[in-house]
Amino acid sequence: MTSYRPSDYELTREERELEQAPKQARFGLSGWSRWIWRQLTSMKTALVLLLLLAIASVPGSVYPQRSADPNGVRLQFEENPELAQVLDALQLFDVYTSVWFSAIYILLFISLIGCVIPRTQVHWRAMRAKPVKTPVSLKKMSAYSVQDGNKADLERAAKILKKQGYRVDLKDDSVSAEKGYLRETGNLVFHYALIAVLIAVGVGGGNSYIGQRVLVEGDMFVNNLAGYDSFSPGTFYDPDNLYPFSMRLDDFEVSYDLQNPANIGTPIDFEASVTVFDENGESPGQVKVNQPLELPGTGIYLMGNGFAPVITVRDGDGRVAFSGPVIFLPQDGNMTSLGVIKAPDANPEQIGLISFFYPTAEQLPSGAYTSIYPDPFDPLLTVNAYIGDLGLDEGVPRNVYALDVSEMNEVAGRNADNPGLVLAPGERAEIPGGYGSVSFDGLTRFAAFDIAHNPGGFWILLSSLVALGGLIVSLLIPRRRVWVKAVGDEKIELAALARGDDPRLEDVVSDLGKKLAGGKVGN
Amino acid sequence: MEINLNEQLSQYSLLIVYASMALLAVSFLLSTLHLANTTSAAESESEQAEGDVLVKTKTEQSSLMKNAGLWVLGAATFALGIGVTMRGIAAERVPWANMYEFAISSTLVILMVYLMSLYLKEVHFIAPLVSGFSLLALGVATSLFYVQVSSLMPALQSYWLVIHVIVAVLATSFFYIAAALHITYLVRKASWSQGDSNGFQRVISHFPSAETLDRFAYRFIIVGFVLWSFTLIAGAIWAERAWNRYWGWDTKEVWTFIIWVVYAGYLHAKATRGWTGTRAAYLGLVGFGAVLFNFTIVNLFFEGLHVYSGL
Repeated sequence: MTSYRPSDYELTREERELEQAPKQARFGLSGWSRWIWRQLTSMKTALVLLLLLAIASVPGSVYPQRSADPNGVRLQFEENPELAQVLDALQLFDVYTSVWFSAIYILLFISLIGCVIPRTQVHWRAMRAKPVKTPVSLKKMSAYSVQDGNKADLERAAKILKKQGYRVDLKDDSVSAEKGYLRETGNLVFHYALIAVLIAVGVGGGNSYIGQRVLVEGDMFVNNLAGYDSFSPGTFYDPDNLYPFSMRLDDFEVSYDLQNPANIGTPIDFEASVTVFDENGESPGQVKVNQPLELPGTGIYLMGNGFAPVITVRDGDGRVAFSGPVIFLPQDGNMTSLGVIKAPDANPEQIGLISFFYPTAEQLPSGAYTSIYPDPFDPLLTVNAYIGDLGLDEGVPRNVYALDVSEMNEVAGRNADNPGLVLAPGERAEIPGGYGSVSFDGLTRFAAFDIAHNPGGFWILLSSLVALGGLIVSLLIPRRRVWVKAVGDEKIELAALARGDDPRLEDVVSDLGKKLAGGKVGN
Repeated sequence: MEINLNEQLSQYSLLIVYASMALLAVSFLLSTLHLANTTSAAESESEQAEGDVLVKTKTEQSSLMKNAGLWVLGAATFALGIGVTMRGIAAERVPWANMYEFAISSTLVILMVYLMSLYLKEVHFIAPLVSGFSLLALGVATSLFYVQVSSLMPALQSYWLVIHVIVAVLATSFFYIAAALHITYLVRKASWSQGDSNGFQRVISHFPSAETLDRFAYRFIIVGFVLWSFTLIAGAIWAERAWNRYWGWDTKEVWTFIIWVVYAGYLHAKATRGWTGTRAAYLGLVGFGAVLFNFTIVNLFFEGLHVYSGL
């Protein structure tokens, strides 16, 4: 019996005696390449690569990763630019796509493939071959016993073993039986399924996309590139394949706990009610955390929410320079929110506003405001007003959530002669100096959605489940060889051997012994 | 949606957890005494003639103490079960949504898995390690991690919270028992524990053989590894539902992966020449070290999406 195993596979003493000694490779060019290949596919290499993979994963949990926490990376660069540059050069902000991490897992998978393919060939042959020849001496096997019996028992032993699912080879003076080929099958399936997972992740990732869109209540999203605030396609994704639909955010509801003292203000539920328009017409839908809205090839996920106060800015001539809901980004658990408004067409000067929104406002002794509850029981808007150059005319892209005040004068606010404007809903306040006015006309909410397409998901799940099944089979099904041998005319020897750990091996032999002896009483 | 949190009931639950800790302490003493006693009983057995009355009483005493230790451990588990259930009722949900709850629930599961494994007599010997570790875990949980009952944040409101976490906790239990067996194995095998020149060596010499301990540790890790693989898959499915990606290298995901890879390394080591035995046992312990690290340091000090410690 030839059996492919990595050169340093740990065999039990008994297994070693059954396996052939590995042939010595001749060292020429092909000898060397064979030697290198043997090293790469050896158990020790696989083990070392596994441990390296574990160690290489650690820095990704210590340093912020661009993929998971881009803001953290930005902070690193701001706080300690020199160190950050070194870390970045070592790819420590992109650990899982780094050269060194990729090298480890690619080597690991090459080693895996190099190990698994020859094993498959051997296993394929072994499954159709007869069980191994009965060894000359059975005494050294892990389970062994002798009892009364003769050659006639061999046939019965063969029958019993066959019934128990063994593959049996009945010879003149011995029976050789083997079962548990599924153990190796499971092991191979597990490793192949891991390769399939890797392929599915790669191919699926290349054909996926993820995009973001923030919608204020009443807004409509149309699923084309222009409809997204940001859009990141995989390498092979063709945006022409975007599923044609549009979605209106009708209503966004948040419930907070107002009942249990220790829990007040804790969000209990977020729920976005939407209307979807696609080729099937118009249909209502719902998006919640943990409950994405699923359309063909597209999932819509609720990722964030906040307030969008409706604000109107009039300029010095009394003309409306800006009007509409403004997305305010939440700053704390009680939804104190920050928003920026830019009115470039205002006369005589451009107007910029930095504004805080407090859903349930309370004034601190210092005079500053804070929010004490996340629902709008007593909403209040404070506004710092700037006039001057918004910096929008140079064609440089600007962040809509930030105001560049380097070319502007603060006319109302902490650093100005006049205090900031304070507005309750429905109120209007003049910007000092006759530059215009601001009014707080109403309050709506916004919801932030991720729209994503993960075609690999199904295949990854399927491969993972197959891997899990293979793993269970390979770890729990025992591979056993059982021999019964007639010694002289009055004794039979029984022996069993397992590959790996097998708690029931002794029982197998003693059960078989009892069955054979018990049969005799009846005769 | 309306929830009624019952902090009063949670306080009662805490008292019962304290009671369970007291029982664990008693069980720890009893089973430690039993181990010490085994030696003296066995010694007198070898010195005295068979049938000697003294020997019989000593052996009986020892087995009584062993059984008492295990019964008290059973009582501690029962009490903890009540405590955990009451906490769940107080919060109107599964009692594992923050670090305190996760710690008491997983300690409960470790104890239950251990009690169920007692039909293997090799497992009896690690009783003090189990009661001691559980006592420590509950001590840390009640003193450092306790938080008032609170509702589930929307990201946690999913039936995956039940499946994913239960399986993770079960896996952890099997890994813990394996780690306790590995510690015992390493002590049993160490050169300083050989011989009979002191009491400790004599106690150790009555333990199951090093090979047996190693084999049982391996079996527990096999089960733990299968469960951990399932945890990983279930977590990925949940992440896909909640965060629209099945895998994003979030810190908790990274460590779950590291634990999986380390135990996969252990399983390979068991089949690699020169790596079986002591080296594999150390790898197994590194794996459990990573499990503990994942629960404590990652929860408390690392940033990520799995920020559920409640602290």
